[in-house]
Amino acid sequence: MDLLRFTTAGSVDDGKSTLIGRLLYDSKSIFEDQLEAMEESSKKRGDERVNLALLTDGLRAEREQGITIDVAYRYFATPKRKFIIADTPGHVQYTRNMVTGASTANLAIILVDARKGIIEQTKRHSFIANLLRIQHVILAVNKMDLVDYSQEVYDKIVADYQAFASRLDNIVDIQPIPISALNGDNVVDRSENMDWYEGSSFLYHLENVYIGGEENHVDARFPVQWVIRPQSDQFHDFRGYAGRVAGGVFRAGDEVVVLPSGFKTRIQAIHTADGTLDEAFAPQSVCLTLHDEIDISRGDMLAKPNNQPKVEQDIEAMVCWFSQTPMQGRGKYLLRHTTRETPAVVQEIRYQVDVNTLRKVEGVDSLIMNDIGRVRIRTATPLLHDAYRRNRNTGSFLLIDPGTNETVGAGMIV
Amino acid sequence: MPDYQLSHLDQIEAEAIFILRETAAQFENPALLFSGGKDSIVMAHLAYKAFWPAKLPFPLVHIDTGHNFPETITYRDEFVKRIGARLVVGSVQDSIDKGRVAEEKGANASRNRAQTTTLLDTIEENGFDAALGGGRRDEEKARAKERFFSHRDDFGQWDPKNQRPELWNLFNGRKHHGEHFRVFPLSNFTEMDVWMYMNREGIELPSLYYAHERDTVMRNGTILAVSEFVQPRDGEQVERKVIRFRTMGDATITGAIESTADTMEKIIEEVAAARQTERGNRADDKRSETAMEDRKKEGYF
Repeated sequence: MDLLRFTTAGSVDDGKSTLIGRLLYDSKSIFEDQLEAMEESSKKRGDERVNLALLTDGLRAEREQGITIDVAYRYFATPKRKFIIADTPGHVQYTRNMVTGASTANLAIILVDARKGIIEQTKRHSFIANLLRIQHVILAVNKMDLVDYSQEVYDKIVADYQAFASRLDNIVDIQPIPISALNGDNVVDRSENMDWYEGSSFLYHLENVYIGGEENHVDARFPVQWVIRPQSDQFHDFRGYAGRVAGGVFRAGDEVVVLPSGFKTRIQAIHTADGTLDEAFAPQSVCLTLHDEIDISRGDMLAKPNNQPKVEQDIEAMVCWFSQTPMQGRGKYLLRHTTRETPAVVQEIRYQVDVNTLRKVEGVDSLIMNDIGRVRIRTATPLLHDAYRRNRNTGSFLLIDPGTNETVGAGMIV
Repeated sequence: MPDYQLSHLDQIEAEAIFILRETAAQFENPALLFSGGKDSIVMAHLAYKAFWPAKLPFPLVHIDTGHNFPETITYRDEFVKRIGARLVVGSVQDSIDKGRVAEEKGANASRNRAQTTTLLDTIEENGFDAALGGGRRDEEKARAKERFFSHRDDFGQWDPKNQRPELWNLFNGRKHHGEHFRVFPLSNFTEMDVWMYMNREGIELPSLYYAHERDTVMRNGTILAVSEFVQPRDGEQVERKVIRFRTMGDATITGAIESTADTMEKIIEEVAAARQTERGNRADDKRSETAMEDRKKEGYF
């Protein structure tokens, strides 16, 4: 069974909770005692219907205010696939939460109210999905029951969306589906109310969409995470480099280059506790032993001599800002990238993106919370990196405030 | 060309191993919280795999309520010996004797809440700066909001409204002196994943998880095993039943289910058909709607 991670973004009242609730309920992922507890709470709150949002709006403050504060992760499985949903709230700190949810997702669900069509929020969600390099989108045109299941309305929304999305070059696959989450049309089973629609149901598409191309299996990258030295009698001379393959494929016997030192050696073996492997690929966690004794520590990277990451101190990146304290030009932060951490300084904010109009705003001197902008950064030690659009693992970083230790920004290397 | 796809169990295993190694690398003095329950057993098994062929670079810590099923302690000691780990025990009885915490009184008294004091004292006394926990996001609604790396202030408190955003595979474990982290490598495991993973890995569990015959009483709609700590009260009838446990906590609060599933395969079938959550039988979660959040804010597991 494989795994699909998807993110949902929505605004108030677009039926997101209903859609997720239906997926969970129909896949038997909501249990009787959870349903009873929700019914009880809904009754106490005076809600007319069972409020499915109460399922994971678990925090006291969320229940009191009736809002979702934070990304909630939900799980369900069908016989074909396991699913992890990063459910991101639409109203509070939407950019920060959407970026967070999208960073680990293979697919984004963009919900559209059939009565309203493509609105600003639809564009904002799509822009962020594209920025985070989500390749697959389901355009769920919801509330079809309220437009008399009209094909005309649906076709126009799809055409409008495709015209807009042609500018979003990371999204390679857009699957529009007309649904009514409330009535269940086209959610799990094909709807009898829309015989003009010949595509698959929402769940069928989630179960079958091909998501093979997410990890980079071309550029071999292995950030060293931890050095394993048992110092036991049985493994007296064992010196292994533990980590998670961040890209490409490593095979026993391959020649590798150690960065940043540049020394070359060969892979002796690829170890796991279950035995050795012939090859390792992203995102496997393994332990490598090498032919030569070279000084290697956490933060170093193994690659292939004929295919190496960039080694640079000056990078350009799209940065999303998370902190109440704005990012300033010349601001100093700690930059966490792969298994490295290095001081970094913001050299220049080139422009900010207005996520509602997708226009570039030049001449800004700071980024405030939920802003996204293109930034030039200089690091104290070189980063061993690739462009984010080539490899999410070696192209992403966090910015940390060295005073508060808070994560204040997330970056994608251009 | 091969398709280089990992099954969902391989993916969440690789993720958990990454988190465990990251914990060892980012913290000075981590510890793994081990209760003898299935989730902490799976976590310890993953830790064994993460650092093999070296031993675990951190100790296992058991917060002992003194109200354990004897099977749990036997299992714990054998497990620790087998993987060659170091064991630290924090005793709730000691905390009570020292006057750090008062024993709960009344009909439904338990030591569940007292564990928090013992846990925080054990963390402080040993100078642990990260405590690995077996919590999963699918098991409870407050846990659904947990990070992999979850910050605790210098009073051990969780601030769920103000958590650090977590993106990609990048985890920020930076902290000030006196603060610590709780780390949850099994965040993306579901109950079903845990069972499937144990089955695949051939992990042995304490006998309590498999169906067996035992004297029980029914209390507040929950089947409790009669033991040194749970004695029948007036009006309660002792019944001999075939039961097993879905989760493992204190003997005073862990409810059993009637079941004849005596192998892991049968348990997996039963879990797949279950219509109640596994913590549905935990009296500690039923005290109020936000019982778990309230306890977690104070520093609970």
